Amino acid sequence: MSDKTEQHRLSVFKTYKLYVGGKFPRSESGRVYEVTDSKGNWLANAPLSSRKDARDAVVAARKAQGAWAGATAYLRGQILYRVAEMLEGRRDQFVREVAEAEGLSKPKAAAQVDAAIDRWVWYAGWTDKIAQVVGGANPVAGPFFNLSTPEPTGVVTVLAPQDSSFLGLVSVIAPVIATGNTAVVVASERSPLPALSLGEVLATSDLPGGVVNILSGKASEMGPHLAAHLDVNAIDLTGADDELARDLEIAAAENLKRVLRPRAEDFTASPGTDRMTAFLETKTVWHPTGSLGASGSSY
Amino acid sequence: MTSPFEYAPAPESRAVVDIAPNYGLFIDGEFTDAADGKVFKTVSPSTEEVLSEIARAGEADVDRAVAAARRAFGKWSALPGSERAKYLFRIARIVQERSRELAVLETLDNGKPIKETRDADLPLVAAHFFYYAGWADKLDHAGFGADPRPLGVAGQVIPWNFPLLMLAWKIAPALAAGNTVVLKPAETTPLSALFFADVCRQAGLPKGVVNILPGYGDAGAALVAHPDVDKVAFTGSTAVGKQIARTVAGTGKKLTLELGGKGANIVFDDAPIDQAVEGIVTGIFFNQGQVCCAGSRLLVQESIQDELLDALKRRLSTLRLGDPLDKNTDIGAINSAEQLARITALADQGEAEGAERWTAACELPGAGYWFAPTLFTNVTQAHTIARDEVFGPVLSVLTFRTPDEAVAKANNSQYGLSAGIWTEKGSRILAVANKLRAGVVWANTFNKFDPTSPFGGYKESGFGREGGRHGLEAYLDVR
Repeated sequence: MSDKTEQHRLSVFKTYKLYVGGKFPRSESGRVYEVTDSKGNWLANAPLSSRKDARDAVVAARKAQGAWAGATAYLRGQILYRVAEMLEGRRDQFVREVAEAEGLSKPKAAAQVDAAIDRWVWYAGWTDKIAQVVGGANPVAGPFFNLSTPEPTGVVTVLAPQDSSFLGLVSVIAPVIATGNTAVVVASERSPLPALSLGEVLATSDLPGGVVNILSGKASEMGPHLAAHLDVNAIDLTGADDELARDLEIAAAENLKRVLRPRAEDFTASPGTDRMTAFLETKTVWHPTGSLGASGSSY
Repeated sequence: MTSPFEYAPAPESRAVVDIAPNYGLFIDGEFTDAADGKVFKTVSPSTEEVLSEIARAGEADVDRAVAAARRAFGKWSALPGSERAKYLFRIARIVQERSRELAVLETLDNGKPIKETRDADLPLVAAHFFYYAGWADKLDHAGFGADPRPLGVAGQVIPWNFPLLMLAWKIAPALAAGNTVVLKPAETTPLSALFFADVCRQAGLPKGVVNILPGYGDAGAALVAHPDVDKVAFTGSTAVGKQIARTVAGTGKKLTLELGGKGANIVFDDAPIDQAVEGIVTGIFFNQGQVCCAGSRLLVQESIQDELLDALKRRLSTLRLGDPLDKNTDIGAINSAEQLARITALADQGEAEGAERWTAACELPGAGYWFAPTLFTNVTQAHTIARDEVFGPVLSVLTFRTPDEAVAKANNSQYGLSAGIWTEKGSRILAVANKLRAGVVWANTFNKFDPTSPFGGYKESGFGREGGRHGLEAYLDVR
């Protein structure tokens, strides 16, 4: 009765889209570019984001920043941990995407993905500890309570590393948002697919929309606008080459953005705290202690 | 008008300081003329008397000084921290011993009251060296990893408002961490830095570890741009800070900037009015308002505006303006004719834009640069005097109704250096402090400084912190 012909099932392709403000838009420009694996085989058409997309992402990041910074450090930690949980469940997908993107063997790609998942766990634990490590009471020579605490800088533009499409990506996003900043991320130009898929994970990890916004396209096209954008507080230039990094640092001086310059990176090494402290401000609050005199006045 | 309560003159003697008719650049442990032989005069802003003639550093001198600092760096950074510490402790002690001399000198060259140099600047200078001296052999424990390394040669450019204190903020942490320095003091206040060179001589500091280059902006620009400088630290205007940020872009130079401010001093209706008035006065009239963290915007809750302003005006009428060397003087001279012109222009603009000007009745001396304590009411957030840093004894008064409005107005600025909060309600202090985008928040106090307390700005007030453990980071290769 039934037809016995062996029919190979045609797979369903995914349309890779941006992740902005908790939603998955295409580029407003309607542009895409062809993404291939390391051998040149077609993988997908990724959105070629425009400067308008970048501006929209900044608006979304700014809108989300207050509430994210205002969330308890414990809650931020749980959400970052939730990202690790969600990634663990989609591990096979990311191993495949990283293997294709970077031309790695399955075991090597798996090592990258595992390290990236563990990195979320590492930063999840940092959210409620960094303030004690980099802040504290200052023993001033006078009758004053004096306390320094770290606060997030605000909206951070992140040019993700070009070569490490997933472990490197996670290694630059997690420290930015762990402390309460929000991020506008420009993914690796050649290998944006793991980044765009990460957006799908973040969207299902209780991370409020707008905390991380992910754009694919050219760092050289969006970078100058983001570096000059007056509502961006800081920029991580990890994914920029030397010439672009210098140009963007010059543009960033317009509103004195905090700049993290590109440097030699080994993303497999244990991260220190400096990717967090690069995007933290220190606020110091003074108050008189005085003494409780007869009047009851303390100053 | 003579009152039985008038103060008799109580001048501090200037015999305690011996100012030479001329000074050279301090390079590699020696005073030397500028390569091109250029000089400039430094005057006392309260009398316009020429105090001394100073060698003016140029590009060739920057080269020499940076080379000297580079030569000194190897040995200095290789010294055990405990030995560097002892040099810094020596400096702290010598500053204490010579503090009256240095206070009088600073008052002569800067124009600020002796009361301030004697009770604020000099004690803080000594304390700063003493504090960082103690870090020099404890860097392993500062939280920057085991055996953190110095950066190399630091190029430092400082302003004229706290000449010796800004020098201390720059040099003490730099030397403690093992760097050597080339420092350019401001052209209107070179003397205390040159006297500090003599303190270094007395302390036996190895030559080349500290080099002092008096000069103008061109020398500062050359220093900042010098390829053999590893670290740039600048305190000054936001405009120059941005230019420096562009200059060091794409280089390996580490940069910290302490720039301008437009601090909001927020007074709630339950504030202790008398204390608040003193805090407002300290906030904007300390050092003639020539303070980057000055509380130059008074935000007063609408319901107490009249009461507070009446009390404030009464208090301002009692401020004594005049001879900075007089121990009773509250308000000294403006640092330079240029600065006086800038303050005057901004105050005139405030009036032209419709704000209401009030100036304390007080007689200004005939010679020198003076500006009477001034406040503006009916100021809106759009007014220039509510937005631009005046850097003078000019207070802009704005009002608010709710705490949210106070926070929104306080944060409505390109700057984010300082803020003040006056209220009896503890939870309100903490809630408001939490929302202010400012690096230093003074609650029920203002303009307090301490070497252990990190100081520095958010937004366009700069980045990096000076003071405390945080201040070490600027001078260490933390990665």
